[in-house]
Amino acid sequence: MKEIKIETGTVAVKRGLAEMLKGGVIMDVVNPEQAKIAEEAGAVAVMALERVPSDIRAQGGVARMSDPEMIIGIQQAVSIPVMAKARIGHILEARLLEALGIDFIDESEVLTPADDVYHILKSDFKVPFVCGARNLGEALRRIGEGAVMIRTKGEAGTGDIVEAVRHIRRVNEDIRRVVSATYMELMSIAKEIGAPYELVLQVKELGRLPVVNFAAGGVATPADAALMMELGCDGVFVGSGIFKSDNPAKRAKAIVEAVAHYKDAALIAEVSKGLGKSMPGQSVARMEDKDKIAGRGW
Amino acid sequence: MVSGMKVGILALQGAIREHRKSLHRLGVETVDVLNPQDLKGINALILPGGESTTTGKLMLRYGLLEAIARAGSQGLPILGTCTGLILLSKHINHSNQHRLGLMDTYVERNAFGRQLESFEAEMPVPVLGEKPFHTVFIRAPYIEKADEGVEVLLRYQGKILFAKQDNLLATAFHPELTDDTRVHEYFLQLINQD
Repeated sequence: MKEIKIETGTVAVKRGLAEMLKGGVIMDVVNPEQAKIAEEAGAVAVMALERVPSDIRAQGGVARMSDPEMIIGIQQAVSIPVMAKARIGHILEARLLEALGIDFIDESEVLTPADDVYHILKSDFKVPFVCGARNLGEALRRIGEGAVMIRTKGEAGTGDIVEAVRHIRRVNEDIRRVVSATYMELMSIAKEIGAPYELVLQVKELGRLPVVNFAAGGVATPADAALMMELGCDGVFVGSGIFKSDNPAKRAKAIVEAVAHYKDAALIAEVSKGLGKSMPGQSVARMEDKDKIAGRGW
Repeated sequence: MVSGMKVGILALQGAIREHRKSLHRLGVETVDVLNPQDLKGINALILPGGESTTTGKLMLRYGLLEAIARAGSQGLPILGTCTGLILLSKHINHSNQHRLGLMDTYVERNAFGRQLESFEAEMPVPVLGEKPFHTVFIRAPYIEKADEGVEVLLRYQGKILFAKQDNLLATAFHPELTDDTRVHEYFLQLINQD
């Protein structure tokens, strides 16, 4: 047989993993025990981090990449993909995570940004990246840098879904505008939203983002998760919403089912019964701008 | 060949859209399968790539695992890609996860390693014709060995990556991630055999 050439870390392979996560729930976990609960509930992946966003919010200080030992512990505990967060622009945290064999990196505004001008050039890496976005321009800038998956930023750690809804609605509106624009108008739109022209062109032709788009930031209930699917998200990240609630195992399972069957309201009503208290949360409308995380990222 | 044919796609999680696109390109009507009643009237079923533990649990909860296992053992053609290959297998090394258990195969999950070891390559697959098939492997499994009755369609470095057993077809790679529809076409031929 002729020698077969094997290629790793390609765009197709990186985008491919994101495609496989669609219709699934990715859960924040801070230790191997939580990771096992998440896997048992049916999570498609876990996000290993030291503190869930609501604790980062409450405790303040600088939020950094997690301890490698903790990440390794979680990698050993589960067979599903393990993701981890790097600070915006922190090339070295990303390289460390890649060296640890992490399956996906979230260059995340939830951690304290390391660079206030530049994001990581994600196309330099073999490991796939996901990034947050509030609108189409921001999403396409991240994709231009090499992100193979986008998520709404929402407002992490609040348990308030309003910002995530705002972000997906805004992305959808922006996409509709691009789709209905003439080819002659595309360059000016690209300039206006600060997005690479070639990617704007792709959005016009596909009628959607060229990569998978998940919901994140404020999902606390099965109905929240299903709402984001209804609005066109491909899947859902749940951060503090699960392990800051009364019954994480049951709630996690209910959210997984609500996402898979998001059109089936009777089923979602059924799985929403008796979940106990959801995370306490705080209303974004009452927060001061300085306390909001979503503004981080450029 | 394909007029009036209806193929179900297990639509709980994973690369559903991609399989739909491949089949629509071939002029085949598709049905999303979320509940056992969705299996009615389909001529074949696809189990897409995704996360096998998630899919297995969701199938169990609403009676799909049992219903699909029954349909498969009664001759419904089923194509399983990646996660689908795992679910079709009777034996999964180091795992007691839920499965259909229809093929006499022994599967190793995440067999090539983590995502960094995911890869793409041109592989010769004689049954699909002379032109090699562009295979994409994402945290892929492989079939370590298979009992009698399983036809090996692609073997690479001793690992079985594409196999057929009667009405069941399984790939360790993702034909739905490419524009090449030859695996789907080969699968649709299984419908005509009945």
